Amino acid sequence: MDGEAGSFKVTLVKKPRYIIEDQCTGCTVCAEYCPVNYPDPFNRELAPNKAVHIYFSQAVPLVTYIDESCLYLKEKKCRICEGVCKANAIDFSQTPEKEEINVGAIILSPGLEPFNPKLSPEYRYGEFANVVTSMDFERLLCATGPYQGEILRTSDRKHPRKIAWIQCVGSRQVIPGGNSYCSGVCCTYTQKQVILTKDHNAEAECTIFHNDIRSHGKDFERFYERAEKLAGVRFIRSYVSIVKENPETKNVAIRYATAEEGVQEEEFDMVVLSVGLNPPAGVAGIARTYGIELNPHDFCKISPFNPMATSRAGVFVSGAFQGPIDIPESVFSASGAGSQCGELLGFRRGNLAKERIYPPERDVSKEEPRIGVFVCHCGANIGRIVNVPSTVDYALTLPHVVYAKEQIFSCATNSAKEIADIAKEKGLNRVVVAACSPRTLEPLFRDTLREAGINQYYFEMANIREHNSWVHSKEKDEATQKARDIIRMSVARACHLEPLQEFDLPVNKAALVVGGGIAGMNCALSIANQGHETYLVEKEKELGGIARNIHYTLEGLDVKDYLRDLTRKVYQHPAIHVYTQAAITEATGYVGNFVTKVRSDRGETEIQHGAAVIAIGADVYKPTEYLYGADERVVTHLELEELIGKGDQKVLNAERLVMIQCVGCRQEDRNYCSRICCSQSVKNALKLREINPKLDIYILFRDMRTFGFKEDYYRQAADRDVKFIRYEPQEKPQVAAVNEDGRSVLRVSLPDYILGRSLAIDADIVALAAAVVPAASTAEVAGLFKVNLSPDGFFKEAHVKLRPVEFGTDGVYLCGAAHYPKFISETINQAYGAAGRVLTLLSHDTVVASGSVCEVNEKKCMGCGACISACTYGAIELRGTKQGQKAVVNPVLCKGDGLCNAKCPTGAIVLKHFTDEELLSEIDAALENGT
Amino acid sequence: MRLIRVMCSGRVDLSFVLRAFANGADGVFIGGCRLNECNYTTHGNYHALNMVLLCKKILERIGLNPERLRVEFMSAGEGILFAEVMNDFGKKIKELGPLGKNEGIDPADLKSRVQEAAKLVPYIKMAKSDKLAQHLYKTEEYSEFFTSAEVDALFREVVSYHIAPDKCQACMICFKKCPVEAIVGAKNQIHVIDQEKCIKCGTCFEACPSRFGAVQKIIGGPVPPPIPEEKRKIARTGKEKSGTH
Repeated sequence: MDGEAGSFKVTLVKKPRYIIEDQCTGCTVCAEYCPVNYPDPFNRELAPNKAVHIYFSQAVPLVTYIDESCLYLKEKKCRICEGVCKANAIDFSQTPEKEEINVGAIILSPGLEPFNPKLSPEYRYGEFANVVTSMDFERLLCATGPYQGEILRTSDRKHPRKIAWIQCVGSRQVIPGGNSYCSGVCCTYTQKQVILTKDHNAEAECTIFHNDIRSHGKDFERFYERAEKLAGVRFIRSYVSIVKENPETKNVAIRYATAEEGVQEEEFDMVVLSVGLNPPAGVAGIARTYGIELNPHDFCKISPFNPMATSRAGVFVSGAFQGPIDIPESVFSASGAGSQCGELLGFRRGNLAKERIYPPERDVSKEEPRIGVFVCHCGANIGRIVNVPSTVDYALTLPHVVYAKEQIFSCATNSAKEIADIAKEKGLNRVVVAACSPRTLEPLFRDTLREAGINQYYFEMANIREHNSWVHSKEKDEATQKARDIIRMSVARACHLEPLQEFDLPVNKAALVVGGGIAGMNCALSIANQGHETYLVEKEKELGGIARNIHYTLEGLDVKDYLRDLTRKVYQHPAIHVYTQAAITEATGYVGNFVTKVRSDRGETEIQHGAAVIAIGADVYKPTEYLYGADERVVTHLELEELIGKGDQKVLNAERLVMIQCVGCRQEDRNYCSRICCSQSVKNALKLREINPKLDIYILFRDMRTFGFKEDYYRQAADRDVKFIRYEPQEKPQVAAVNEDGRSVLRVSLPDYILGRSLAIDADIVALAAAVVPAASTAEVAGLFKVNLSPDGFFKEAHVKLRPVEFGTDGVYLCGAAHYPKFISETINQAYGAAGRVLTLLSHDTVVASGSVCEVNEKKCMGCGACISACTYGAIELRGTKQGQKAVVNPVLCKGDGLCNAKCPTGAIVLKHFTDEELLSEIDAALENGT
Repeated sequence: MRLIRVMCSGRVDLSFVLRAFANGADGVFIGGCRLNECNYTTHGNYHALNMVLLCKKILERIGLNPERLRVEFMSAGEGILFAEVMNDFGKKIKELGPLGKNEGIDPADLKSRVQEAAKLVPYIKMAKSDKLAQHLYKTEEYSEFFTSAEVDALFREVVSYHIAPDKCQACMICFKKCPVEAIVGAKNQIHVIDQEKCIKCGTCFEACPSRFGAVQKIIGGPVPPPIPEEKRKIARTGKEKSGTH
């Protein structure tokens, strides 16, 4: 790779697949006949695989490839696959292809490599048959895994009953081959595995050996609680060693120690090593090729103030190459890196897009149904089980079927064209393809109909593969009968299909960002930098949000400087309009077309915008415990930071300072972890240590949750004599103001579980790690924009993993602490992530509403409102008419789930394409006695 | 097993299930996503669950084994579970035998019983609309969410509407408002409710001007026969609104 931001030249080498991708239909008959059998790397070598195969069941594209184990490639023998492939897709003449491409920006997302426990022989991985990694276990749990979802031991293929998980394998270890950082995801993935194991076998006994449970992700604390409460599940805080393997049973003995019972040895049927996250394989080569720097852990070197930028302009990074992160953060950074590319290349947006032109649609509404049925053999997939010619004959006997034909592969390019040609020639106005699942190929065939000038909703797919030939391979006659039934049902439905229009709505190109903290400002800048007018609304007099109270980051960066620079950029940007001391009085409209009224120091303003971003941040809990408010020596961490920043003498001259973690959260009424407090405490402790090396610092914690690279600072603090003492929630520390030798101190008492006695620490200052709580206006803003809240009161994203910056409500996006407490770097990732999603919307001139949405027949509506309470999208409202209240659907907001249809007593509201008539016709046809 | 695709299990209408049984299906299975794991904000699987709980009680009331109807929740990744559940359901249905046989109901009787119940679907949806859209959080709540006594009362106290011929002024208000065109009538023609078409929504009852009070609500009792067609004409005298017949 060479060049510079805006114009890179990249040379790619594409390895031969030995399969012509366009011709392969993914039917996998080749894999069935392939004689090679070798351990499948995807299934962690626990199951065999073939030389020709699909990589894994969700692979894209879903076609096969031939790997190095192929007999022909190795020894010029075999070539059976060529003979059995009916699509002529096998091509052994392929060679590596070199390709040069020009791009303006590059995103590196090489992911991660699981830690390899073979590097540490003491784990006995590879030596003891029943020691597996969490990756192996993940495959065991999977329905497409080595034993079809059964958890079996490698040694005897029996179900293990007693299973142990060992945490922090390869993480939080300062030893050769280990990683000093915390991988951040293993605690929760282990809990997931425990819950799934208990789902598989309620009798299973699961033991987790850990050293702090780190449930710092959204909803993770509740998840931890769920796992912990299951019968037969033990969480034991202990280092362990794997001692021996029982030569007969192959069980594995583990030695561990608890405060109550001392050192013990226990045997388990299976041991799972919860392996951590390493940098991607070949990371040095990646760094060399792209000319980027790495950090000391060999992940990409990034700045906390722009975690998506590498050390080279125009080269961005997303996902776990930033460091060990979880799925939601990977998604933020992916979308965010996209947005940064957009800032660089926005001026070229759309240059490579080509519009497709379809022939005009024929109006067939006055015609009787003329149905064409195409039955697919799917190579041998269907044809070998179902008597396809007989189903074609049968289809011709069905009402309104004017044409029927069999095809080897209906999805092949020439077959699809054939369908379009025949439809035109025979004057078909509806088409049924009897083949596979509509999930994969419905879009292709709908396109085929459009090419033939027929409305795409006149297409119906009969699934005679997944629903039939694949499950009835041993009952050929019955399968043929079932194929006829399925075709009859589809034909019946096809008769009732209606032409539907997907319609375009204009998109207003402006964006509204609610909240002018770090999240809102970064998001606004990224949107505005891509050429969109952006309105930034802040309730305070000044921009900056809670970051105005933060002086420095854990890494030592100056937040004040950063904030000044960021605020200046926002104010200087010609496309950003800032409204301070602002309140939103009304918000109406929908995706692409919102109207929001704002009252601010500029007066009343009505803003029209296509997208809205909610970035209203969070508040800090005001403690009622530990004498906070009653004694001024008890402060929150933000207050402590302010005092340190100001050089407060009381803090600088203090002899002893105690920090108490988890104040106001991880408890019944606020059952979540505030994520940032452990690192915040370590940060302040290190800062104080720097200022006053003699200060005695205690941190009283439940679990230290310094995940990721923050673990290094935790270790640093411990090395610099910051004392960490664990407490249990049922025996919280007590704080009392007492006089000791004429000196007034805050006495903190708590039990010490390691020493087995109670401790009293006389402190001059007590700093509380107060919880991060949802901003006071959260519920109000949620109501205005019709979005939901999570059980903890933070905003609820559309999907916790897959859509973490979007809402269920289209056109409204989310970033920063309003979503969940997070660090500045995470906030910036998410702010750019939200900007990326906003741009995906605003870069289009129109939004397309599906044709399959609900509609009200006003005559039939009695205005009862049952549909309105069933709709979670606010897509239906009642409007007064001469004939009383009537429901009206906004098709843009409707998602086509049809809950309203099932609730409507009169059949007034109809989900198009899944109408009562269409579905009842299928039910009737299913139960007709076919021939 | 014959499969019918819907985009959300919450789309499955009570009337679909009854139609399948009326057509002689031996069992009906509804598959939804895992509860609380909706990829949207819809959570329609709870609606499906509530509908099934209600429908089981209806099946019981009309003499069918409620185990012929089952709802299960699973993800698209749980192929093995799906296969297990379907095999188990298939086995159960085989044990129960053909519809009606095990229950000792002859096919014609059975069909009419199911169709009678199906006719009440709009009425049931109205009466239970709030409950049908609820979220049940604990499996223990399922068994008693809809009780037999509740469903019995629903059927026993079924509502009917009737237009008293001596009070009807043939004003066409109810005729126009009826959402399902169940009212037969014309100007100067006493209106009559077609009980076959009527969905018992009560729109006519609400619409009839109180000074006439012609539409009557009948709870649980028989509906008087409609007035013969030849007697429906109202002879008006002058411009007065009230007439004789």
